[in-house]
Amino acid sequence: MGDRHPMTGNEMSGAEAGGMERHRYDVVVVGAGGAGLRAAIAAHEAGARTAIVCKSLLGKAHTVMAEGGIAAAMGNRWPEDNWEVHFRDTMRGGKMLNNWRMAQLHAQEAPERVLELEDWGALFDRTDDGLISQRDFGGHRYARLAHVGDRTGLEMIRTLQQRAVALGIDVFMECTVTELLKVDGAIAGAFAYWRETGRFVVFEAPSVVLATGGIGKSFKVTSNSWEYTGDGHALALRAGAALINMEFVQFHPTGMVWPPSVKGLLVTESVRGDGGILTNSEGKRFMFDYIPEYFRDETADTVEEADRWYEDKKNNRRPPELLPRDEVARAINSEIKAGRGTPHGGIYLDIASRRSPDFIRKRLPSMYHQFKELADVDITQEPMEIGPTCHYVMGGIEVDADTELSAVPGLYAVGECSGGMHGSNRLGGNSLSDLLVFGRRAGEAAASYCVSLGEGRPAVRAEDVKAAERDALAPFEVATGPGGGTENPYTIQQDLQQSMNDLVGIIRTRPELERSLEELRRLRERARRMTVEGHRQYNPGWHLALDLRNMLLVSECIARAALEREESRGGHTRDDFPGPSPEWGAKNLVLRLAADGSAVDLAHQPLPVMPDELKKFFE
Amino acid sequence: MASTDAPSTTPGSTGVDGPTRARIGARTLREDRWWLAPLATFIVFSGFVVFATYRAFAGDYFYAEPYLSPFFSPCLTADCVAGSSDFGQPLSWWSLSPALVVLIFPLGFRMTCYYYRKAYYRGFWLSPPACAVAEPHGAYSGETRFPLILQNLHRWFWYAAVVIALILTWDTVLAFGPAPGEPDGIHMGLGTLLMVANVVLIWLYTLGCHSCRHITGGRLRHFSKHPVRYRIWTLVSRLNNRHGTYAWYSLFSVAIVDFYVYLLATGAFDDPRFF
Amino acid sequence: MGYTLKMRIWRGDQGGGDLGDYDVEVSEGEVVLDAIHRVQATQAGDLAVRWNCKAGKCGSCSAEVNGRPRLMCMTRLSDFDPAETVTVTPMRSFPVIRDLVTDVSFNYEKARELPSFAPPPRDADGKRRMAQVDVERGQEFRKCIECFLCQDTCHVIRDHEDNKPAFAGPRFFLRYAELDMHPLDTHDRRALAQGAAGLGMCNITKCCTEVCPEGIRITDNAIIPMKERVVDRKYDPLVWLGSKIGLRNRDNDGRSEA
Ligand code: SF4
Ligand code: SF4
Ligand code: FES
Ligand code: FES
Repeated sequence: MGDRHPMTGNEMSGAEAGGMERHRYDVVVVGAGGAGLRAAIAAHEAGARTAIVCKSLLGKAHTVMAEGGIAAAMGNRWPEDNWEVHFRDTMRGGKMLNNWRMAQLHAQEAPERVLELEDWGALFDRTDDGLISQRDFGGHRYARLAHVGDRTGLEMIRTLQQRAVALGIDVFMECTVTELLKVDGAIAGAFAYWRETGRFVVFEAPSVVLATGGIGKSFKVTSNSWEYTGDGHALALRAGAALINMEFVQFHPTGMVWPPSVKGLLVTESVRGDGGILTNSEGKRFMFDYIPEYFRDETADTVEEADRWYEDKKNNRRPPELLPRDEVARAINSEIKAGRGTPHGGIYLDIASRRSPDFIRKRLPSMYHQFKELADVDITQEPMEIGPTCHYVMGGIEVDADTELSAVPGLYAVGECSGGMHGSNRLGGNSLSDLLVFGRRAGEAAASYCVSLGEGRPAVRAEDVKAAERDALAPFEVATGPGGGTENPYTIQQDLQQSMNDLVGIIRTRPELERSLEELRRLRERARRMTVEGHRQYNPGWHLALDLRNMLLVSECIARAALEREESRGGHTRDDFPGPSPEWGAKNLVLRLAADGSAVDLAHQPLPVMPDELKKFFE
Repeated sequence: MASTDAPSTTPGSTGVDGPTRARIGARTLREDRWWLAPLATFIVFSGFVVFATYRAFAGDYFYAEPYLSPFFSPCLTADCVAGSSDFGQPLSWWSLSPALVVLIFPLGFRMTCYYYRKAYYRGFWLSPPACAVAEPHGAYSGETRFPLILQNLHRWFWYAAVVIALILTWDTVLAFGPAPGEPDGIHMGLGTLLMVANVVLIWLYTLGCHSCRHITGGRLRHFSKHPVRYRIWTLVSRLNNRHGTYAWYSLFSVAIVDFYVYLLATGAFDDPRFF
Repeated sequence: MGYTLKMRIWRGDQGGGDLGDYDVEVSEGEVVLDAIHRVQATQAGDLAVRWNCKAGKCGSCSAEVNGRPRLMCMTRLSDFDPAETVTVTPMRSFPVIRDLVTDVSFNYEKARELPSFAPPPRDADGKRRMAQVDVERGQEFRKCIECFLCQDTCHVIRDHEDNKPAFAGPRFFLRYAELDMHPLDTHDRRALAQGAAGLGMCNITKCCTEVCPEGIRITDNAIIPMKERVVDRKYDPLVWLGSKIGLRNRDNDGRSEA
């Protein structure tokens, strides 16, 4: 047809074999958040023909929700800061379960990645000397987060988006990848559908970079958007790659709890970084009761010292509100359980009584706006009510630290859908820098892999495309099959979210996890009988039915790994095994799909060994 | 109320009824009183124009010592009554009303003012009457062609408006001067107060002008290198925030002062004195 | 505290469509998007609607609620009387795809036409220096979440499809202004803004500012200053005179035509 697609201006080629739209690229990046965009830019700059395929419009990805900042040891506020300190903070925050090499690369390369954003037009807040300003955040020893008010993620995505547009990278918006196509064990392409028309597209490309984000939508209370259905995790599993650390799910300590329609919506950690404190219904600043042994040396144990810290960081230790997220989330959870919660079942986060209204409005404009608009709460006058919310999955596709290559040749993974970098718990601000550092590395690696193939590129097989097509249309078929037509995808999704929240939530126990697996089995059963109404053109019911497959698969991985790991560490807390165990601290749990695709296999795998010159930071 | 048939598109229509747009049919679905603001603008502006035109062409009763109507200041022609020409009568050959010579400047200033433009484009041109309400015109080229491209001359009028504001300030100083029959010394009547209020509003309006905001500092790219201009820009920006309000207030105050002078000059009213 | 809300939702595509009536249970603290989702989950599984963050941060859920361009996720039901019928339609300036989803590619095309940021080399230590006061104006514009409600409400294209090729729209005037005010950018973007982007088409009637959910003062802080910058270049007698006698705005030194 030679038509141009209306959303993207990309060439369409509907007239080719079978009426299927086909495109050839060197690198196809799935996902247009920070990681995907950065990977695409890197691949393009390395000379690869690159396409970005994303489920939403360009610039809407979940990265816009990141508020606090980008962690990078630039030393603009604290000259004593450097990559070594950042590396140490990251490893300690992740309870030493991180892939040391990723943590090292991340700490070393983050500063340059941030400066690069500035070259592309980002306008960060400045210090008095005109350098990029850096702010304090939980778990970071020095003020280290480059930021723009409390909308850093938006700035980052806009900058990368504008860069990608300027380079002329092709973007396929509102286009969902449902299957990776392989030939002889290596990636050959990807199969997708346009949300708008329901038509299918085949991408022929030897390198695919997954940058699809997380899994939060499987939980009821979450800060994540609808896109977070674990697509990348599931695609990789089905393609034969492995997932690691899936038991570690980060519950952000501060999500909104009221009104119900925004329950889970994120309240940035900067509120605490800028002076906010947590109190219970008795008015007690309870975090002092929850300082763990591990962080005792660097945490203030009196209110006076904590308050002095904001002014004089050299001679005082950090307030306990700024402990890593897992610690704070657990503390809040126990306060609520002990009956000291607020009327809406949260805890108070109070900055109103501690900072002037002007300061609050200037430093936290979107928080001010968010509470004013959505909850009718003026945060310069009243405390906020907050509670833990599912925020981030540390686990993801197992990749090589230097190239982000998964177990499948040609398949790369970056950002939240990759695993290892953050260990058992991610520090605030490390996510945005993770996207940039590894996005670039993956893009470059994917491009050079493509070059190394020369003429020997795998060609997509027609029968694989047929199979993918059949699978994608299955939800329409089920309705007519035997026993079909009785289940609504929206209901199944709600039930899934409820059971994950109740049974695989912030505090876990063996019986509950076992029940969750049982529930998941039943949900999979029900999913086989789903009805989808209407036709293929922009049909959210159908889209959900397809995403649901991924959510069910990934949820199972989380529950299986959580049941297996019999200790508490970072984002995984077992009531029946309350402390960390050194034995578990030395290994990862690895999940793969069984060869026949019917079950998830779980294996133990020792951690990669850290070289001595890095070990010395932890003595 | 839901329509059952899809409303068809109007042939040739390019707006909200165009062939690719959602066929909703209605010009707007707004249910609030969106027509109130343009209507009010229309009525008040029309009223002002009628009043000002009448006063300007009539060309009399504009001076009641020591007060000079702002419509007629500076008074430069031979028709100016004794005492009203503070700057002489260089245009003595002019035979029409003295207001017509000078009024062109404040008129041009306000006609090209960004705020007034918004108000009359909405209230008079209905382009658009209100947000998300379809405008009745078939074609639209904005301010790209003659005559509307002349709106770009706003800055020239601003330069003139500053001069006029200075003259009005001088008039206001004179309004403290002795009235007929008074000994020398400071005079203050209701008229003085009105003139002061008027000139203050005129300044607030003139200094809050977008062109002024641009000239004083807005055109810079490095505020940090020009701290003084930055400071001025900040102040002007603050006035600029309320530019629309001052536009209305100063419009009223000018009319009120003129009318007051008219009342005094015709003898219909006697200026209450404070001292 | 819940009640039954009466809604009218536009369903259809380019072939036609109409406002369908729906009764939906809603509860305290909910927003229009919640009601739409409930309709979708319980009555019309295929109701097409765009959304992502449900927090007013991504700018996906733009639509028109009772005729006003709004983000559905930031329009609280408590703003309406429980007896009132809430009407939701897609944005009316863009081609409709289906139900509440419109084809906003116009905006992505305009984004592509815009010459990007062109910085000079970094400082010797590999960093860049800019003062906070110098970046603040640009930062206001960069708050934009690209909801395109300003583009939707702008009568220049809403009421005149034929203006679309020649008019970039308020969202992109923000970009021009941001770059023209950028302390480091090396391009002069005034001619382009006036020419290719159609700044002169805007008659500063401020509807864009009225609807912007981020509260960006688009007209006052970006469009009018850009118009003034164009005047500097083309229509100001004093600037012209100044340049004749060697007085010029040194602050703009070193910029070249974009
Ligand atoms: S002010 Fe200009 S750009 Fe904004 S809506 Fe009005 S005409 Fe459009
Ligand atoms: S300027 Fe405002 S209204 Fe326009 S797209 Fe950006 S956020 Fe939306
Ligand atoms: S006087 Fe209104 S903008 Fe200049
Ligand atoms: S859903 Fe993101 S702005 Fe409404």
